[in-house]
Amino acid sequence: MMDSPLLRYVGLVVLVILCAVFVSPLLWMLSTSLKPQEEIKTSGFAALPDNPSRTLQYAYENYYAGRDKFVDDRGIERTGYEGVLTSDNVHFILYLRNTLIVAVFSVAGVVFASAICAYGFAKVAWPGRDPVFAVVLATMMIPFPAVMIPTYFIFKFLGWIGTLAPLWVPACFGTAFNIFLLRQFFMQIPGDLSEAARIDGLNHWGIFWRIVLPLSRPALAVVALFHTMYVWNDYIGPLIYLNHQDTFTLALGLQFYQAQHGGTPWNLLMAACTLITAPLLILFVMSQRTFIEGITTTGMKG
Amino acid sequence: MIKRGPTSGHSAHDLLTGLAWISPWLVGFAAFMFLPICISAYLAFCQFNGLRAPVFTGLENVRTLFTDPTFWKVLKNTSIYAAFALPLGTLLALALAVLLNMRVPGRTLWRAIIFVPTLVPLVAVAMIWMWIFNGRYGLINMCLGAVGIEGPNWLGDANWTMPAMILLSFWTVGHAVVIYLAGLQDVPRALYEAAHVDGATAWQRLRFVTVPMISPSIFFNVVIGIIFVWQVFAVPQIMIPNGGPGRNAYFYTMYVYDVAFEHQRFGYACILSWVQLFIILALTALAFRLSKRLVFYRGAVT
Repeated sequence: MMDSPLLRYVGLVVLVILCAVFVSPLLWMLSTSLKPQEEIKTSGFAALPDNPSRTLQYAYENYYAGRDKFVDDRGIERTGYEGVLTSDNVHFILYLRNTLIVAVFSVAGVVFASAICAYGFAKVAWPGRDPVFAVVLATMMIPFPAVMIPTYFIFKFLGWIGTLAPLWVPACFGTAFNIFLLRQFFMQIPGDLSEAARIDGLNHWGIFWRIVLPLSRPALAVVALFHTMYVWNDYIGPLIYLNHQDTFTLALGLQFYQAQHGGTPWNLLMAACTLITAPLLILFVMSQRTFIEGITTTGMKG
Repeated sequence: MIKRGPTSGHSAHDLLTGLAWISPWLVGFAAFMFLPICISAYLAFCQFNGLRAPVFTGLENVRTLFTDPTFWKVLKNTSIYAAFALPLGTLLALALAVLLNMRVPGRTLWRAIIFVPTLVPLVAVAMIWMWIFNGRYGLINMCLGAVGIEGPNWLGDANWTMPAMILLSFWTVGHAVVIYLAGLQDVPRALYEAAHVDGATAWQRLRFVTVPMISPSIFFNVVIGIIFVWQVFAVPQIMIPNGGPGRNAYFYTMYVYDVAFEHQRFGYACILSWVQLFIILALTALAFRLSKRLVFYRGAVT
């Protein structure tokens, strides 16, 4: 669209500046996490510690081992601190385990249940299908706060408060967004294909299991990916339903970690943020195409 | 699929087959949407502390609403936030999408940089930006200091908490950018060539070709934006609990959460969440209304 060379040049400069702004918070996070505590307030824009050759040692201390109280070269006493992963009060490995439990159960449940429902909306003809699908779409507009309080009491009635169940059981009934996403995909599978299978004697379940699901692997991957992201990110759910730190997920655990340290040692906090963010960035790098295609299919056909 | 009329003898069987396929959603909808909404509709007219049985108090909660200064405060704060974050975020996302759609070197990298912030878990986003907004050692004030401006104490100054929250919201526009980019790639080149032949300037091509052609994507993002911006919770809750000085960044969902789970006034929290739901539905309905005049659907014309 911008075909004049001058315009394109100006555009590129603006783009590079904006990208520098967008990427700086993450670089700042990483950079802070590699510095020892006493340098945080004095190092200014420096990307690495004053003594860059010690970067790995500081990283090891911040992320993992922590360090003991010591007296530095100039005779100043430096405080010791616990590393993120070996902290006595905050158990990130346990939070990771809890998060993975929720992720595995709810991703398996949401993919399977949403696919079944989506098949019912895409490939089975029944009276009232379209109005019911409109209701499914409408529920996407209902914000969580609107049902948060009664849902809490339903789980309390079931005795599930303080357990991980409220975080994954609802997903096993499918979610409106994912049913919508998979229905859009199933609709694109030619009707001839299922018709031929029917003539060959397959019933609906056979068509679903042997034809529709195998053809829909990319869409199922999108659902799994988005839901993993959702579980990793969810803060308000764990905040409401979990009341003991042994059951915390990573998101809630990170907040707990920050609240624990009144003085907020930024190097440790940024190390914890890096740890919780890194798996998602790796996931993105490995499945960039799935991500982008997923977002665009939902956006285009909305 | 063959569509049968509602009078067909098979329709009862078809209906049962259809309902069987969507039964996971039906059960989930009944248990986690319909039932909570009914309970909430009742609790909204009750006093309920979560321990003793709810006491029906009629319109008492509605009356409280009108005399509750905090309710009006969070309503005002959230409106201000929505009024700035959503339109400005939309403009920024459109600008970024147009820039990223140019044929310039390093396109894939620039696109990844804009998208990556949307992957960072919200709890980590909150902590990274607490550090960036730090009045003395934060990245922003260091940058301002480098050009001779003394930056405010962002999160500790009643005048600056809201601008800080709005500024932060721009960091995660990447989702919208991806959807706009997909829209831009669908705009037929012939339209630009025709506009060029007619002597349209770059700005005119943007205004009269690009924007109308991607208006369905803009509409989709605005509707999603309305729903999300009115629910903003995790980031301000972690960065400035209780809304900071003067409660100027105390948002609606934070208040609903506090009334319910900090003060155990579950009945009043329910009426608050109903008001929130109605606001979101009204704004969405307004967006749909305006879309009939402002959104251009290609399929509708050709």
